[in-house]
Amino acid sequence: MPKIQVQNLTKIFGQRPHRALQLLHQGKTKQEILQETGLTVGVSRASFDVQAGEIFVIMGLSGSGKSTLVRMLNRLIDPTEGKILIDGEDIVQMSTEELQKVRRKKLGMVFQKFALFPHRTVLENAAYGLEVQGIAKSEREKKAAESLALVGLAGWEKSYPDELSGGMQQRVGLARALANDPDVLLMDEAFSALDPLIRKDMQDELLELQSSVQKTIIFITHDLDEALKIGDRIALMKDGAVVQIGTPEEILTNPANEYVERFVEDVDRSKVLSAEHVMKRAETITLDKGPRVAFQLMRERGVSTLYVVDKRKKLLGVLTADAVNQAVKESLSLEQVLRPEVPVVPPQTLLNELFDLVASSDIPVAVTGEQNRLLGVIVKGALLGGLAGKVNLETQAVPTSDEGQVNVQ
Amino acid sequence: MSQLLPKLPLDKWVEAVVDVMDDQLGFLFDLISAGIGGTVDLFHAVLTGLPFWLLIVLFTVLAYRVGRLPIALFTFIGLVLIDNLGYWENSMETLALVLTAGLISVVIGVPMGIWCAKKDSVQNVITPLLDFMQTMPAFVYLIPAIFFFGLGKVPGVIASVIFAMPPTIRLTNLGIRQVPVDLVEAADAFGSTYLQKLLKVQLPIAKTTIMAGINQSIMLALSMVVIASMIGAKGLGADVYRAVTQINIGAGFEAGLAIVIIAILLDRITQGAGKRKKA
Repeated sequence: MPKIQVQNLTKIFGQRPHRALQLLHQGKTKQEILQETGLTVGVSRASFDVQAGEIFVIMGLSGSGKSTLVRMLNRLIDPTEGKILIDGEDIVQMSTEELQKVRRKKLGMVFQKFALFPHRTVLENAAYGLEVQGIAKSEREKKAAESLALVGLAGWEKSYPDELSGGMQQRVGLARALANDPDVLLMDEAFSALDPLIRKDMQDELLELQSSVQKTIIFITHDLDEALKIGDRIALMKDGAVVQIGTPEEILTNPANEYVERFVEDVDRSKVLSAEHVMKRAETITLDKGPRVAFQLMRERGVSTLYVVDKRKKLLGVLTADAVNQAVKESLSLEQVLRPEVPVVPPQTLLNELFDLVASSDIPVAVTGEQNRLLGVIVKGALLGGLAGKVNLETQAVPTSDEGQVNVQ
Repeated sequence: MSQLLPKLPLDKWVEAVVDVMDDQLGFLFDLISAGIGGTVDLFHAVLTGLPFWLLIVLFTVLAYRVGRLPIALFTFIGLVLIDNLGYWENSMETLALVLTAGLISVVIGVPMGIWCAKKDSVQNVITPLLDFMQTMPAFVYLIPAIFFFGLGKVPGVIASVIFAMPPTIRLTNLGIRQVPVDLVEAADAFGSTYLQKLLKVQLPIAKTTIMAGINQSIMLALSMVVIASMIGAKGLGADVYRAVTQINIGAGFEAGLAIVIIAILLDRITQGAGKRKKA
């Protein structure tokens, strides 16, 4: 028998949700139901089984209903319809007391933002689940300490959560969930708030831990890389519905529909997007201008670097604010203070090849096309924005040739 | 404006309700009266029973423990000054009234706040009631209080409680509602009962906010206790009141100063108690 069986699980948010159920049974989409009734379909008739000892990943973008789904599994959110069988018992039908018992004995939960109790020490946090069961202090502290040791936090028992780093705090969260010795761990974006290196470590440690404790783990994530790495099986969600369930290989090689295909495609944006997707328009000037013009232009545009081009937009060098300042003071020409060496990349450069260059350069990196023609510049913020999916298409236009012509009163 | 409609006899109605309440609930008022009177007397007995120098030492130590050295110094100098000016007796009388009103505000206000935080419907009913209690001119409460409880300290305490309790209710409600959602979820997810969640998670995390409410209640109680001297509550308020009627600037200033000292003392001590101390 599967450890957890989810059948037709549905959650509709809003007043009198049963109005939407009928429409849902008629096969209407989330958007249609929202328009007709004003009700939001959180989760739409999700069904799946989870085997004991399995890591089952539920993946989807934000708003896909994955957090709602996991909260229904321990009834932090009550389902509108459907069944959740844990060891064959339907928890949807349970009374408050029965539910509390299942939560105490069988279900541990780890939260995205850790959700540690700030007024309790690390040890008291880890012991919380045992404390509410009424287990004697010495015994629960012993178990909690064991659990903390398991996640590598021995010696930190007396600290408070705010004295720990993010990664350590989530270890406490994990220890708190493990201290009860539950059969099932619900992990809601457990590693999403951690920085990438720590996240990777935690993923490795979770897998290592799992090989010894053998829990049934339901792991929620929006990160496909993470899902592929730790999942025995993955369920992909969209608009509240489960669109595909399969092993990582199945999902990658045999996507069920276009949505999954697209999801799988941009596994890592930095390997897909290139410099031209994230570059900004460059502020340029030609060398026949004087330093005061350059100074004025910088002030007007609010920039600290000007890119010097010739009439054909060929990049000659860069003027920094300091250089222009010096030229104004000492009456030098722009040519004399021009800095000819500029970090340059071609427009097809992938983002993940750009990071080092952009990070180490004190001025925005120039993007140049054929014959060293300036196309745009890459500032640090835009590079990060590109990774977050903000690609600006309008900046691909090359600045017109009268850009540098500034009149000074 | 000319009268298009005859005036609503709102004043008559209120009086009628008060009459009926006085008739039917007299025994209840007697009981309340005895309880409040007893509490005030108890505080008063303790405060005047101990020698003043011992009390000064105790207050100073308390101020040092919850606050810091400057507050302890202020407490010591302030109390010595009160005694020196000859207002010790009346200050203790006032303190007894404030402590009683503050205690009742907390005992009723905190559970009310918890109830409001639990149910939106309760909050929706209580909130306008609190607005009413806080904005109705404080003197008005003195009238029914006299009617039900006669003159003296008991109606003074009751009027003070009505005036002073709202911040405790409001901030208890607010404090509990402000506990981050994921912490409440965590408490639920590990199988806490309602009471466990409240005592182990919500109240401790809301403590600072709740203490801010209690602090406000005590401050308001003090200001009201002074006003209540008009209906015969003894203490520093009576001194101020007397000074006003006699246009005695000097005595008015002295009694007023004593009130200020007690106000600052109560404020700093209750504020200090609200801050979390960590090793």
